[in-house]
Amino acid sequence: MIAEAGLAALWLAAGLAGYQLLLMIMALRSEVAVTRTMRAVAVVQGALTLVAFTMLLVVFARSDMSVALVFANSNSAKPFIYKVAGAWGNHEGSMLLWVTILAVAGAFLGLFSRRTTERTLVAGLGSQSVLALGFYAFLLLASNPFDRLAPAPANGQGLNPLLQDPGLAFHPPTLYLGYVGLSVAFSLAVGALLTGEVDSRLARAMRPWVLGAWILLTLGITAGSYWAYYELGWGGYWFWDPVENASLMPWLAATALLHSLNVLAARGALKAWTMMLAVIAFSMSMVGTFLVRSGILTSVHAFAIDPGRGAFLLALLAIYVGAAFVLFAVRGATLKEGAPFELVSRETGLVINNLLLSVILGIVFLGTLYPLLVEAVSGEKLSVGAPYFNAVAGPLALVLAVLVGVGPLLSWRRERRPVLKHLRVPALVGATALTITVILWPSIGILPRLGLGVGAFLAGAGILPLVGRNPLRAPLATWGMVVAHIGIAVALAGMAANGAFTRERLAVANPGQTLSVGPWLVQLQDVTPTAGKNWTAVEAELRASRGAGPVFLKPQTRYFTDPPTETNEAAIRTFWNGQLYTVVGKADPGGGWQLRLWWKPFVTLIWLGGAMIALGGALALLGRLLRQRRRGGASKDWRRERYA
Amino acid sequence: MSRGLRLIPIILLISVVVGFAWRIVRPPDPAVPSQLISRPLPQFALPAALPAKPGLKSADLATGEPRLLNVFASWCVPCADEAEVLGELRQRGVKIDAIAIRDTPMAISAFLARHGDPYDRIGADARSSVQISLGSSGVPETFVIDGRGVMRHQYLGPLTQANIPGVLQQLDEAR
Repeated sequence: MIAEAGLAALWLAAGLAGYQLLLMIMALRSEVAVTRTMRAVAVVQGALTLVAFTMLLVVFARSDMSVALVFANSNSAKPFIYKVAGAWGNHEGSMLLWVTILAVAGAFLGLFSRRTTERTLVAGLGSQSVLALGFYAFLLLASNPFDRLAPAPANGQGLNPLLQDPGLAFHPPTLYLGYVGLSVAFSLAVGALLTGEVDSRLARAMRPWVLGAWILLTLGITAGSYWAYYELGWGGYWFWDPVENASLMPWLAATALLHSLNVLAARGALKAWTMMLAVIAFSMSMVGTFLVRSGILTSVHAFAIDPGRGAFLLALLAIYVGAAFVLFAVRGATLKEGAPFELVSRETGLVINNLLLSVILGIVFLGTLYPLLVEAVSGEKLSVGAPYFNAVAGPLALVLAVLVGVGPLLSWRRERRPVLKHLRVPALVGATALTITVILWPSIGILPRLGLGVGAFLAGAGILPLVGRNPLRAPLATWGMVVAHIGIAVALAGMAANGAFTRERLAVANPGQTLSVGPWLVQLQDVTPTAGKNWTAVEAELRASRGAGPVFLKPQTRYFTDPPTETNEAAIRTFWNGQLYTVVGKADPGGGWQLRLWWKPFVTLIWLGGAMIALGGALALLGRLLRQRRRGGASKDWRRERYA
Repeated sequence: MSRGLRLIPIILLISVVVGFAWRIVRPPDPAVPSQLISRPLPQFALPAALPAKPGLKSADLATGEPRLLNVFASWCVPCADEAEVLGELRQRGVKIDAIAIRDTPMAISAFLARHGDPYDRIGADARSSVQISLGSSGVPETFVIDGRGVMRHQYLGPLTQANIPGVLQQLDEAR
């Protein structure tokens, strides 16, 4: 019954989405007042999808093997948390999660949005329902998560053990929240293009959504990167894998959007560009979901599905993105640009920020799809990896990081003050750091070296917006910006240090033997079998020392039975100045065990920086929401506010 | 923004969608062709896989006469299917050498006793190192080698009866 209740809720929600579409058409053709109905229907639709998703969680939690999806993706021997996480660790469940977030976002938009005009809100809610409608159709017609099996099997087939990890149980939902949060920006942009009301009020209505989605994307990407780092056992934090790129592309677009929204909100400029970015950001989310879900690109994350489903998703993507682009092409010309600005101004800074981010986005997009393109044209197979991405996107990212230090110091419209004077101290810090690296480590690569210098510069320059004023009286949004920008410096320094100073050792060792890696001496003491709830493992005992007292690490190779898979559980020890990363591999036929050892100085800064960027976003979001409350309802709040 | 600029995203979208659609209709072929086609084979010398047969070195494949080089293993199920086709080629006078991948003499002799032995020489590649240097990514694979030791063609997966005329023709052309 539970599964059927979920299915019924899904059908009802789909019906309501269709009803909203009708309401929107009525409202746009004539001046019918449908706002209240729209808002209410959006809320009910969101609640119904929540019911459907909860039902899916319940059948997974109870290991109800009569549901085909549970049978295929769960096993009653699994720990409870992974039983629940199994609900979204598969194709149908994750698509249900996707549409649930989409509808709930619509509900929140209906409940809380007071900033835009009613017509734009109605058009935006309508657009959101049209988005949801396509995915309901996909679930109900092509990919039903509640299908039954008769007779019910005794036990299920299990969940990929790589996914049985607390990080990964929550990684996809976080990314999905980010992806789908951008759908609201898309819908509001489509709504505003339909009604022609692209102005600073729209930008302010969009901003919390973009900010929220961007925070979650940042967290999702950072967590995913750390997951890949410790779970895959190869010591890398970013592989330029198509699916990783699929999460990076919406993030790049959302980052650009976040900054251009500030220009639109504060100055009423960059209208067409901002609308385009809002459309592109969610389009990239859909492309990402399509790439992951269709398995058309070769990837460690490949989830192969049947061509029918792939074609359905592709059709949805083409219709939604195509419709938005056509609407943009038709309406974009009618948008009047806002207040003008001079060459040296914050607007110019943000335009350059947007251009650089867009070029990097284009580079990642091209690199991700290039193998497909080449094979389609010439039949030749190739893959595009780190050498291309690092060499092409790396220098641009460094230029962008330098400008991140400069941009926030400029004032709107035109800059009259001698800004470069403020930058003397950070520039000195950066140059000193660069000189030190040249003297101490003459042989490191050019990108890591510049990364260290730029990181030092940005750490100094990032804080300048708070210097020379009472920091406690600075708006929370300014604090957020400062924290996020310094986070970029921290992450950059981590990446550069990792690239420049990592030491690695791959060797076969017998118990008792000692290997050296960087400053460490690592002794293999013993290798013993061990077991967990649904796995067995071999575990190595390592004793590592560098002068002071020794530390002990126990990396494992685990063997899962349902389905039969093998994973490396790296043992990682974090110190203030880096991480010691150890992996035990297979027994060597000639005796001994394969060991992989890394010493990675300051690698943790990468994720610390990522977390700071997200925290900065959270501060800014909090600041904006508090300010909105303090002003007593946002409906009157469309006087031009001074940003930061 | 001018009209042309505003149409760019639409054109981009169409090309991307066409690319994706093509990929859905023609799913990726996991086979990876060797990069050595039309190039000389790498130098190698493999020990004998069976006491009764000579091993295989690259010079054996450049004797002035085109040959087939079959990459196989006794533990590989499709290789057993392929054995019949190789036997037929052998009857038609085709010279076939082989590389046995990660195999043991006992298992190979049992495999050949059961499925027939079309090979002149068998080299033992215990660690797949020669296989990898040939650009072969699995078993079975078959290479058409011309008399000068240049790789002319590659067959990924087992040869079938339908391949026989093509293989014979390619050997003729390689002469």
